[in-house]
Amino acid sequence: MEHIPTPSSTVGPFLHLGLTEKHSITHIAAPNVKGEHIILRCRVFDADGSPVNDAMIELWQADSEGRYRHPDAPRANECDPAFLGFGRTATDEKGCCEFETIKPGAVPAQDGISQAPHISLAIYSRGILLQLYTRIYFAADSANEHDPVLALVPKERRSTLMAHPDSSRSGHWLFDIRLRGENETVFFDV
Amino acid sequence: MADLKKNSTIPTYRRLQPGTQPTRLYEPYKSTRLRNPAQPLIYLPHTLSEITGPVYGHSPIAETDNDLTLQHTGEPLGERIIVTGRVLDDSGRPVPNTLIEIWQANSAGRYRHGCDQHPAPLDPNFSGAGRTLTGDDGTYRFVTIKPGAYPWLNHHNAWRPAHIHFSVFGRAFISRLITQMYFPGDPLFDHDPIFQSVPDEKARQRMISKFDLETTQPQWAVGYRFDIVLRGPEATPFES
Ligand SMILES: [Fe+2]
Repeated sequence: MEHIPTPSSTVGPFLHLGLTEKHSITHIAAPNVKGEHIILRCRVFDADGSPVNDAMIELWQADSEGRYRHPDAPRANECDPAFLGFGRTATDEKGCCEFETIKPGAVPAQDGISQAPHISLAIYSRGILLQLYTRIYFAADSANEHDPVLALVPKERRSTLMAHPDSSRSGHWLFDIRLRGENETVFFDV
Repeated sequence: MADLKKNSTIPTYRRLQPGTQPTRLYEPYKSTRLRNPAQPLIYLPHTLSEITGPVYGHSPIAETDNDLTLQHTGEPLGERIIVTGRVLDDSGRPVPNTLIEIWQANSAGRYRHGCDQHPAPLDPNFSGAGRTLTGDDGTYRFVTIKPGAYPWLNHHNAWRPAHIHFSVFGRAFISRLITQMYFPGDPLFDHDPIFQSVPDEKARQRMISKFDLETTQPQWAVGYRFDIVLRGPEATPFES
């Protein structure tokens, strides 16, 4: 029998109390975790271009070999036990937050279609009643050309899913999320 | 070009039915206007990235984490309550060992949060945050204080019905649910755009806990039941 899932609701302005004050996870990959270590800086903007200073970002990713630490995933037992692949934190007054992680590997599919390295993202805030899902890809990664999810996105909007290297700091990547309006980020119906 | 539809060897999750979830851009709730996309969402067939999620490695749960009345030296003021229920997936299967986090206002309707401007007293004996893991049958239990209603600035004379914020992980990144639990018979439901943002009447009722005499403990606390249903994998041909 099918049951209707409980409706989602907004996290409201006081989400920090329950979710991020004591239980943020921003160090996703300890220094000894295998892979290319990066610092990922995300910024969230509203339709007016104002920073969203009371959002929460959650991210979920594979390890450097494209493995997810999950019972339904192949090769899960080969994952580095120190790497869980999950992070979350609140944005600051500038709408920013930062994660220390590794660049994920390409995620192989059982039928041979591999997904380019990407990080799944969910965004929560006051005014968002049901979390918004998007993905971060890495600009200039040649695997992007063959990624089956990017292929679903109109060409002119794909750039909204790209993190870019910070030219002033090596190993740092920047990703902007525009909730509405000009250069609006692509969000997915999952 | 690569075709995701062939990706049929992983369990895919049931889609949310129209009307059973809040309307993203819901005019009466003003903050939705600037914070939700104008472009339609792009339909994404489920891949490993969607149907996996953080099931391991949450920070440890302390003994008083599921009893919000025991987190300080004294007892908080207000009506002591027990909130219990089960986390199930949409096929009715229990979701065991999953993290539930809650946060709420105190009995006066005030959050222990720097941004809460409501001129109601803070309670030195109440923080208003808790967490627990579900048992093997999906059961969870919190002891807390019934939160008060509180005003907000959405419209003239706007008040939120008493509620407890619930965050549940489930098995997949797309089963993740953050919601609000209400109390039965609240007169503010009809005036609350957050509650009203869910079009389907039956789905709305799922956010309201039920008074439960069996959970209620004599001379101690009133009990409420709140079952939570998460999205789950579609049944495979191998299951009956
Ligand atoms: Fe609230």
